[in-house]
Amino acid sequence: MARTAIMPTPDEAVAGIEDGSTVLVGGFGLAGMPFDLIDALIRQGAADLTIVANNAGNGDVGLAALLAAGRVRKVICSFPRQVDSYVFDELFLAGKIELEVVPQGNLAERMRAAGAGIGAFYCPTGVGTSLTEGKEIRSIDGRDYALEYPIRGDYALISAHIGDRMGNLVYRKTARNFGPVMATAATTTIAQVSSIVPTGDLDPEAVVTPSIYVDRVVAVQARHYTVQGAR
Amino acid sequence: MIQTATALAPEQLAARIAQDIPAGAFVNLGIGQPTRIADHLAPELGVVLHTENGMLGMGREAKGEEIDPDLTNAGKVPVTETPGASYFHHADSFAMMRGGHLDVCVLGAFQVSESGDLANWHTGKPGAIPAVGGAMDLAIGAKDVYVMMTLFAKDGSPKLVPACTYPLTGVGCVSRIYTDRAIFEITGDGVRVTETFGIGVDELRDRLDVPLETAHPAG
Repeated sequence: MARTAIMPTPDEAVAGIEDGSTVLVGGFGLAGMPFDLIDALIRQGAADLTIVANNAGNGDVGLAALLAAGRVRKVICSFPRQVDSYVFDELFLAGKIELEVVPQGNLAERMRAAGAGIGAFYCPTGVGTSLTEGKEIRSIDGRDYALEYPIRGDYALISAHIGDRMGNLVYRKTARNFGPVMATAATTTIAQVSSIVPTGDLDPEAVVTPSIYVDRVVAVQARHYTVQGAR
Repeated sequence: MIQTATALAPEQLAARIAQDIPAGAFVNLGIGQPTRIADHLAPELGVVLHTENGMLGMGREAKGEEIDPDLTNAGKVPVTETPGASYFHHADSFAMMRGGHLDVCVLGAFQVSESGDLANWHTGKPGAIPAVGGAMDLAIGAKDVYVMMTLFAKDGSPKLVPACTYPLTGVGCVSRIYTDRAIFEITGDGVRVTETFGIGVDELRDRLDVPLETAHPAG
């Protein structure tokens, strides 16, 4: 019954991530991306990773840097191709990385299902398109649905705004995005936050991710990025 | 049927679509051209904009000191928040879409078929990197899916077609198509032209391989 551990540094926070792990990485573009945890993972050296994220890296920072370091075997995401996704584009076109494209809402719901103990669910998204080819289709009340399975992570790396010493988390604006869902869907959830406050300082009514989902928290210096890359 | 003498410029088309957004509606505007519609929605209409990365009550694009890396739209452009805005995570954002709570979404398209099939996510060309984002979720989620596009591709080929040749995003999901040359309704029985811009119905019938009804018997 391990309670949330407050980690002194990002490097200690990512200790133990094994080669071949499936890692859920928060963020939508650069908003909510756990830059410090990813940089620490690059130093830590785990390889042959499967990354689940909305995008496949922007510019040269964060997830793009992990890809550039050659540590990622496969990316499961909704939207790899962007104006600044050149690191992924080059690896993919050279056949050096696998890609599984999942509709954005299915990506979120499949992780939600994993965290909520749902074995699978029927979803109307993508029915009749190439992204549901080979999936079981069931007609319910006259509408067709495809069977979708959960996506579980060995680890989740997320970025939140403030944590308390219990591991409760609050987020900031649209940087919340995948964080609360990924936190529920991994065996070990690691959160970076801009500050850790004493237990009781967060309004219980405002907690978004309850501490039960969080295994390790580390406070980092807030970094400011523009949407196009590091500033 | 309304007819004008010239084709609509993108800004005029955006303004025209804005006229059809009901007061008080919850609306998602797709990345690209549909984003322009927001500039034509009068504040007193009380339309609430949804952005699938997790916000209701999205405001205009942020400028200068307003730019906050933690506050962007689905196109990753920095935006502002309006009074009464709310934030939520991705599973909730797509649940409200899939669950039929969103009134209208307006999407761009490569092609729309006469039965309302939508193709807007992938060209299917060799070497093209597929990227779907929220397109498939939006296509089947909103109560009404409107398409905003040019009627003809750069090579002159029509984008309203009998059957899509590009990979599909959704089946039978589009209810209206707003283009620079005409507005079409997908009725369930066929395609009805409701307005034309600098083109006659006869010429539309000539250039489109799709049977067209008109709102009123007119040329």
